[in-house]
Amino acid sequence: MALDSKVPKGPIKDKWTDYKNKINLVNPANKRHIDVIVVGTGLAGGSAAATLAELGYNVKAFAYQDSPRRAHSIAAQGGINAAKNYQGDGDSTYRLFYDTVKGGDYRSREANVYRLAEVSANIIDQCVAQGVPFARDYGGLLDNRSFGGVLVSRTFYAKGQTGQQLLLGAYSAMNRQIARGKIEMFNRHEMLDVVIVDGKARGIIARNLITGEIERHSAHAVVVGSGGYGNVYFLSTNAMGSNATAAWKIHKKGAYFANPCYTQIHPTCIPRSGDYQSKLTLMSESLRNDGRIWVPKHMEDVMAIREGRKKPTDLSEDERDYYLERRYPAFGNLVPRDVASRAAKERCDAGYGVNQTGEAVYLDFASAFERYGKEQAKIQNIQNPTPAKIKELGQAIVEAKYGNLFQMYEKIIDQNPYETPMMIYPAVHYTMGGVWVDYNLMTTIPGCYCIGEANFSDHGANRLGASALMQGLADGYFVLPYTIGDYLADDIRTGKIPTDTKEFDDAEKEVTERINFFVNNKGTKSVDYFHKKLGKVMWDKAGMSRNAQGLKEAMAEIKAIREEFWKDVSVPGGANEMNPELEKAGRVADFLELGELFAKDALVREESCGGHFREESAELDGPQKGEAKRNDEEFAFVSAWEYKGEPSEAILHKEQLEFKDIELKQRSYK
Amino acid sequence: MNLTLKIWRQKDSNTKGQMVDYKVTDISEHMSFLEMMDVLNEQLVNSGEEPVAFDHDCREGICGMCSMYINGEAHGPDRGVTTCQLHMRMFNDGDTITIEPFRAAAFPVIKDLVVDRMSFERIQQAGGYISVNTSGNTQDANSIPISKHAADEAMDAATCIGCGACVASCKNSSAMLFVGAKVSQYALLPQGQVEAAERVQNMVAQMDLEGFGNCTNTGACEVECPKGISLENIARMNREYLSANLKG
Repeated sequence: MALDSKVPKGPIKDKWTDYKNKINLVNPANKRHIDVIVVGTGLAGGSAAATLAELGYNVKAFAYQDSPRRAHSIAAQGGINAAKNYQGDGDSTYRLFYDTVKGGDYRSREANVYRLAEVSANIIDQCVAQGVPFARDYGGLLDNRSFGGVLVSRTFYAKGQTGQQLLLGAYSAMNRQIARGKIEMFNRHEMLDVVIVDGKARGIIARNLITGEIERHSAHAVVVGSGGYGNVYFLSTNAMGSNATAAWKIHKKGAYFANPCYTQIHPTCIPRSGDYQSKLTLMSESLRNDGRIWVPKHMEDVMAIREGRKKPTDLSEDERDYYLERRYPAFGNLVPRDVASRAAKERCDAGYGVNQTGEAVYLDFASAFERYGKEQAKIQNIQNPTPAKIKELGQAIVEAKYGNLFQMYEKIIDQNPYETPMMIYPAVHYTMGGVWVDYNLMTTIPGCYCIGEANFSDHGANRLGASALMQGLADGYFVLPYTIGDYLADDIRTGKIPTDTKEFDDAEKEVTERINFFVNNKGTKSVDYFHKKLGKVMWDKAGMSRNAQGLKEAMAEIKAIREEFWKDVSVPGGANEMNPELEKAGRVADFLELGELFAKDALVREESCGGHFREESAELDGPQKGEAKRNDEEFAFVSAWEYKGEPSEAILHKEQLEFKDIELKQRSYK
Repeated sequence: MNLTLKIWRQKDSNTKGQMVDYKVTDISEHMSFLEMMDVLNEQLVNSGEEPVAFDHDCREGICGMCSMYINGEAHGPDRGVTTCQLHMRMFNDGDTITIEPFRAAAFPVIKDLVVDRMSFERIQQAGGYISVNTSGNTQDANSIPISKHAADEAMDAATCIGCGACVASCKNSSAMLFVGAKVSQYALLPQGQVEAAERVQNMVAQMDLEGFGNCTNTGACEVECPKGISLENIARMNREYLSANLKG
């Protein structure tokens, strides 16, 4: 099947408006005869479910948590981008579009990104109308901050809990529709397969996680908004339950999976401390607005710090290497995430890591305390303030901005970050790859849509900070509700989709057999044992930097782990009860396939772009020495993989990327 | 460190539960409480026993999923944290730790330490929203200035994570801190004014229907709240409720 992105013709700035004016609509009276399933209730799924229900469709929404409010969007901290230009610093739709395409290292689809930038301003208006308490300045207007990879201030925020507040906004919109009966909410349910009838997605098989009952649900369209697959690494900043099962199931039934190797390793996470660690914790990128990143310049100081003979605060300015400011003077500490992560790895690999594991760098707020303190002293008219007073005043400002993050850090590390610099290290955070979708956000299965982090579309090979929230809500509030109508317009006379058909029988049988296998296998090793093993291979060989040999080894090793898993996994408990081990087993089984496809994709992409750094493809000399080297001639395409059984046999389809409105350049942040 | 755990085990909502003793060894003080539970569960799986079911997800204190009652306190002995953020450095070698589910009539136990918090969902559905459709044509976000003070106070109320620690800590199993936080968020913002009266009446009515108790101002909820939601929110809800009823 040839890939058709269905990008409309015409100038980029008119595409979306013209397209909306021409696509089919479903009459309000007919919408009530149409059912839509939405899997996942994060920003994308939650906003889509609410909006589709407002429009009049009958929505069935599914979440594995006990409430839609707990989806992992809740944990997003820093903010959401929008081209409002409230700060008057020259922002525009075009600039947001440009920054996003450049930030993604020219591996995203122009038309989708432009649309995203275009609807970004609507998102802020909508959220404010819902009562989302964004930060405001003293005049009562909305405040902004700046994020990595851009030169304007366009990020709206609600303390360090922006994702929480936006998700609670979408959740409140859902609640209004649940109360009206337009959304039927299935909490503690997990989608375990999609059902295809006559080539179209017509329902799902779900497991009730309380009773273990396998349920059939039909609809005229299925929307998957189930998030990313970062947990393929075992350790990531994702929630413990975050999984790729819904996305992987639709892949196995015909949806192409795009760019699995594009993973974001976020530079500012709390370093790992031991083998028992279950997850990693992100410290918002917004901290890089005010924090400066450094390691000691001299190896003696590194050793002295590791051995506890010196404290970081003992080192003078001259003895510190602010390596991001040194290497990237124009963007400094606010370079994009992939660049910042690799730079931290470079210093730590060279032996300058500042903790016991050698995998940590400092994020220091001392200069911010001083800068804000002096400003406050002026504002409060304090004459000749002492350094201690300045620090106190400055700390109060930093606390107001990032207080919850500082508190979180202190609880985990047991050090006071107001007194000593934070320690940070990169961690897996977000996956830009995902299910391939066209301009309508439809997958290669007719009637099956994919939105939010679960799809691949907008971030290319690297996502800029504060753009995930923007994309999730853009897809759910402002894109899918229009484009899905074009498809559903053909279904106004279809009537309810029956679930007593062969297609549902077969899908349910497959699901039940797998569950029965797990509970009856009686192997000797826990699910986590295999998950950790997979994670280690992924991190070591398909992590921040990759090479052909390592990736080939990774493919073979993952295959071997998968085979061992199916022989020897132990899942205690039964199928017809709440059984968290059984839930994990199903998810890890899917990760064990996805991981191999991931490595295969990384192997095929013999260039460095964004989060995908191939050691064989780096600048060898000149001012960009050591930086990633893209290869536009051969690799300016989206890799869309078709499932053919074993991941190693997946077939590659290429969607060529065309750049008509942006010139392809080397991404320089120097 | 080595610990003795006394954990509530209950097969399902219809079966009687009981406390069961377990031992764990070599626990690092840097582990989170849930990582200690992972160690126990790995141990149970490896010996062919059923692991302890508990709710958890984000493990960074924001999703509100985790919900244990540890040594008689919701989310355990530390302040301003959820169970997933509680660290083992709060305990000593040789300690015996009692772990129970959140207990309230409106939070029935599903299994072991997992409780059913659907009552919270139904309260939110009764009025925890502003009735605005998604259109892209709402007015510009900056067209209504909101004082920084009001916006900050609304934000403080809105940080509630809906975990239910307030209910579990209250001798009356009252949900007034949870409901008060949502009522307050909207009461403090101009967008919430239009529906303010019906909102507070409907949410309070649903709260009563679910079987949550009343508030007797002991303040236990505020002490145990991992997000520091203030008792002021209960006072504000009472004012809102009174004035809504007076207006009729």
